[in-house]
Amino acid sequence: MISSAPPPPQPERPAGIVVSGLRKTFGSGSAAVTALRDVQMRVEPGEVVGLVGPSGSGKSTLLKCLGAVLTPSGGHMELGGQLVFDGDHWLHPDLTRLRREQIGFIFQSPYLLPFLSVRDNVALLAMLLGRSNQEARAAADQLLADLDVAHRADAMPNRLSGGEQQRVAIARALINRPPILLADEPTAPLDSPRAMAVMDLLERLAGQMGTSVIVVTHDEKILPRLQRIYVVRDGVVGEGQRERVRDAPVRFRSRRLRNT
Amino acid sequence: MINLAWPDSRHNWGKLLITGCGLGLLVGVTVSMAGVYRGMVEDAEVLIGGSGADLWVVEQHTLGPFAEASRIDDDLHRSIRQLPGVRRAINGSFQTLLIQRPGRSLRVLVAGVEVGVPGGLGQPPGLVAGRSLLRDRDELLADPGTGLQLGEVVPIRRKRFTVVGLTTRMVSPTGDPMLFVPFRDGQDLQFLPGNEAIARQRRRRDRPVERQALTNAVLVQLEPTARPELVAAEIERWLGLTAYTRPAMQAAMVGKLIEASARQIGLFLVILTLVTTTMIGFIVFTLTQGKLREIAVLKLIGMPSRLIAWMIVQQAVALGLFAFVLGTSLATVMAPRFPRHVVLQRRDLIAAAVVALASSSLASLVGVKAALGVDPAEAIQ
Ligand SMILES: Nc1ncnc2c1ncn2[C@@H]1O[C@H](COP(=O)(O)OP(=O)(O)OP(=O)(O)O)[C@@H](O)[C@H]1O
Ligand SMILES: [Mg+2]
Repeated sequence: MISSAPPPPQPERPAGIVVSGLRKTFGSGSAAVTALRDVQMRVEPGEVVGLVGPSGSGKSTLLKCLGAVLTPSGGHMELGGQLVFDGDHWLHPDLTRLRREQIGFIFQSPYLLPFLSVRDNVALLAMLLGRSNQEARAAADQLLADLDVAHRADAMPNRLSGGEQQRVAIARALINRPPILLADEPTAPLDSPRAMAVMDLLERLAGQMGTSVIVVTHDEKILPRLQRIYVVRDGVVGEGQRERVRDAPVRFRSRRLRNT
Repeated sequence: MINLAWPDSRHNWGKLLITGCGLGLLVGVTVSMAGVYRGMVEDAEVLIGGSGADLWVVEQHTLGPFAEASRIDDDLHRSIRQLPGVRRAINGSFQTLLIQRPGRSLRVLVAGVEVGVPGGLGQPPGLVAGRSLLRDRDELLADPGTGLQLGEVVPIRRKRFTVVGLTTRMVSPTGDPMLFVPFRDGQDLQFLPGNEAIARQRRRRDRPVERQALTNAVLVQLEPTARPELVAAEIERWLGLTAYTRPAMQAAMVGKLIEASARQIGLFLVILTLVTTTMIGFIVFTLTQGKLREIAVLKLIGMPSRLIAWMIVQQAVALGLFAFVLGTSLATVMAPRFPRHVVLQRRDLIAAAVVALASSSLASLVGVKAALGVDPAEAIQ
């Protein structure tokens, strides 16, 4: 059984992600679908938390709101200590720039640009932040070395194995050291040891860089690697206990939780 | 910032190369057609302007002697010479016929002109070999396009001519190479019945055939102070003929004889523009369609839409430029090998460049629209 977890400890520095009262309804009238109801979340810098739940429960919707590509119907969001969504409008004038500077993304597939070398795939975002090509490529090489794919830096992405590609994608997400990292099923295409390696990496880099990481996953093997877990059900997000979830991963035998 | 258009194009080089070559051929054909048209206009200018005639006098209400048949008495030039402002007036006969060359027959325009000083009235403006016509019988000047050699004897109808000179390029308005012969010979070729005709008429006991004293046109040179329009009006009023000034003659040739080609080329230009735009639009759209996923991801991770749009525009414009360069190079290389005279003018090349660039930019909008329509949220499932 999953029970209500104690509220997370109050940190000295501002939290990476703070969400309160977040709502999202698609459509209107009788066709309205409520995908998120009154979501409360808090992820500290350096913390890696999971987001689990059955299909259609609202995980992706939440990730899109956090990633500033979907406008919530209500609530508040703070990213990297900055209030970015306030009730009914974004406070940041340029959401593309907000994403570029504050948020890293990792997907189920690596989605690397097939026509750029591994190095340039990673360096591209640093260049977008105005760093010189040389600087950006040096930073990319460093990160690729950290992720153990430095020897493939000059290769084209389609020459890499799935695991290598996923590590390159992680490097791309982290090149600008964003305070937030959102990962959508990052281990889905990987076998168990590789999935573990990716989780190790996320954990290590998050710790080093003070990044708040949210990992959406169906993948029960990686649950033990997560420091905390949020369970989503019918648009309601509650905190779950990791051990219990691991014990009964298939059906998520959790009762509905409403924090506060 | 690195350029994305180039590596992406390299990644899709096969598709782009085929499209670029196809478009290049199209540009090449159109530029060549324009060149053929310019060549025709240039030839017409040489034919009319090079003759040294200020007025062309022909049969009343005809557009002779090139666009329409014109027959006038061969002594009218004497009356014309009497008019004030006229310095010289000579007969000119013009007839298209076939001559036999080894292995083929060649269509030529034979001009019969009064023998005179080289470069004078009615003579070709320049010679590349030999001398001008001196005797008033049996001599011949040939355009080098005929393949005739100096000293060669050419049988035409019942006569035999000796090639005494080769002219600079001289062709008829329809592109046939020209021969120049003394007027008497030219007149005989056209108006003297052949042996067969004479024999036939004798058998039928018709009245005897006789040589007709006719010419096709009178070429008039004016005093420097004379106004061509006024002299032309005088000729028309007093002699019942039609007289064209040099610009009017040129306009008539270009207007009536070359008009059809001009319209054809105009139409080609329209087709080229449409096909270029459609093809580039199609390829850009296809390439963009194949990248929607990557574009969603790029937008999600924070690449500004304008950079993505710029990449697509660059690609399309580069394709247009490639086609232009390939097409004009092809046209330049092929021009001397064309059976017709091809003149590639700078303004036509500029027009082709403008069309290529304008249509490729326009076409890129299709891809840009598709790319801008991509929702970055689609990258998250
Ligand atoms: N654009 C949309 N318009 C209307 N309804 C939507 C839209 N996006 C999502 N929904 C609905 O919102 C609910 C939550 O969808 P969401 O994609 O967040 O689920 P999920 O938890 O990511 O599921 P899965 O694990 O299958 O990816 C679903 O009922 C879905 O049908
Ligand atoms: Mg989902």
